[in-house]
Amino acid sequence: MVNRVVLTDAAVRKILTNVMDPEIPVVSVVDMGIIREVDVSPEGVIVTMTPTFSGCPALDVMRRDIEAAVRSLGVEQVTVRVELHPAWSTEWITDEGREKLRQFGLAPPPRHAGDPVSVAFFDLAECPRCGSTNTSLRNAFGPTLCRMIWYCNECRDAFEQFKPL
Amino acid sequence: MDDVMGQALADRLMVMGDDELILAHRNSEWAGHAPILEEDIAFANIALDEMGHASIWYGLRGELTGEDTDRLIFFRNPGQYRNVQLVELPKGDWAFSMVRQYLFDAAENIQLGYLKASAYRPLAEAAAKIATEEAYHLRHTGLWLRRLGLGTEESHARTQAALDSLWPYAQQLFMSLPDDTALFEAGIIPDAALLRREWEGKVRPILAECGLAISDGAMPRRDIPRTEHTEYLVALLSELQSVARLDPEAEW
Repeated sequence: MVNRVVLTDAAVRKILTNVMDPEIPVVSVVDMGIIREVDVSPEGVIVTMTPTFSGCPALDVMRRDIEAAVRSLGVEQVTVRVELHPAWSTEWITDEGREKLRQFGLAPPPRHAGDPVSVAFFDLAECPRCGSTNTSLRNAFGPTLCRMIWYCNECRDAFEQFKPL
Repeated sequence: MDDVMGQALADRLMVMGDDELILAHRNSEWAGHAPILEEDIAFANIALDEMGHASIWYGLRGELTGEDTDRLIFFRNPGQYRNVQLVELPKGDWAFSMVRQYLFDAAENIQLGYLKASAYRPLAEAAAKIATEEAYHLRHTGLWLRRLGLGTEESHARTQAALDSLWPYAQQLFMSLPDDTALFEAGIIPDAALLRREWEGKVRPILAECGLAISDGAMPRRDIPRTEHTEYLVALLSELQSVARLDPEAEW
């Protein structure tokens, strides 16, 4: 007699909190708000995710990692679907995720009401080291698609901000 | 969607994917060579974004035709590519690449604005996604245009020369494919003539603000179909496809 544990959506979501963004290894795919739906049925598990930036090279890695994580729960049939709609926004990053970004040294993305570019260049980023907003934007593009480069006039050093989308 | 409409849409998606892919490749040639480090980073990001967008368009085509994106990219010959000549021209100097990117971005932003309301839902959803990223490109290249056009005598001269060469090529962006009419009538894509009007309405005043003149007299003598390419595409593809073609069955 096989001892069967009933798998729940919550258990799947919990295991996904261990799947990290490969480019920012302190935030999980759940913190990033890219898990749209978890569907557990007798046939298997379907996880629906959404890409952050469409050219993001981490997308395939995350897809594989999500699949492996769900398999580790003993599920044989795992499908990871990628859906573009509605388009992911940095507004979906959880509060916990924003705090983790800050501790990692990345200023969280500024909040916006649907028009990220309008705040991207005008809202002053808060330096994740000293908390100062005496900062200036150096480059709207950074070492990965999701980062902008700022300069803190207090620390006199550069820092990165997660790019609002 | 019937077969005829499906094929028309697949053709259109190929055009959109090819434009972005070839431009992305040209832009990636600046990696390590841009005038300043920040710009090296920025333009490489833009190239990567365009490549991501190409992969979305090819993916939508694949949903209609069953084709694999990698095979579309790596195993088509130059004559099977449908990009405009604008994007295959060599990268030139910095002014040339910036003017090209600006003219392209401006057209793309306008097109995406309409595609967001496309009657073909997957297209509308993809356009909404891509538009959020493209807004950064247009702003970036718009600033460069200003900096170069209003900068030094040399930067102005180079930018004007780039615009003189590129303006006629940019017109090809607004040429309809033979079956586009059906797509337009079905509300799937916008009318090309409308796009061109809006694009001109947008870019003409900005080019003027940057002190740049438009050589309207230098239009191509005939409409150049997307089946025709310059020799530059052949060289570009031989580089882009060389690794994949060494071992067509390789998996990665």
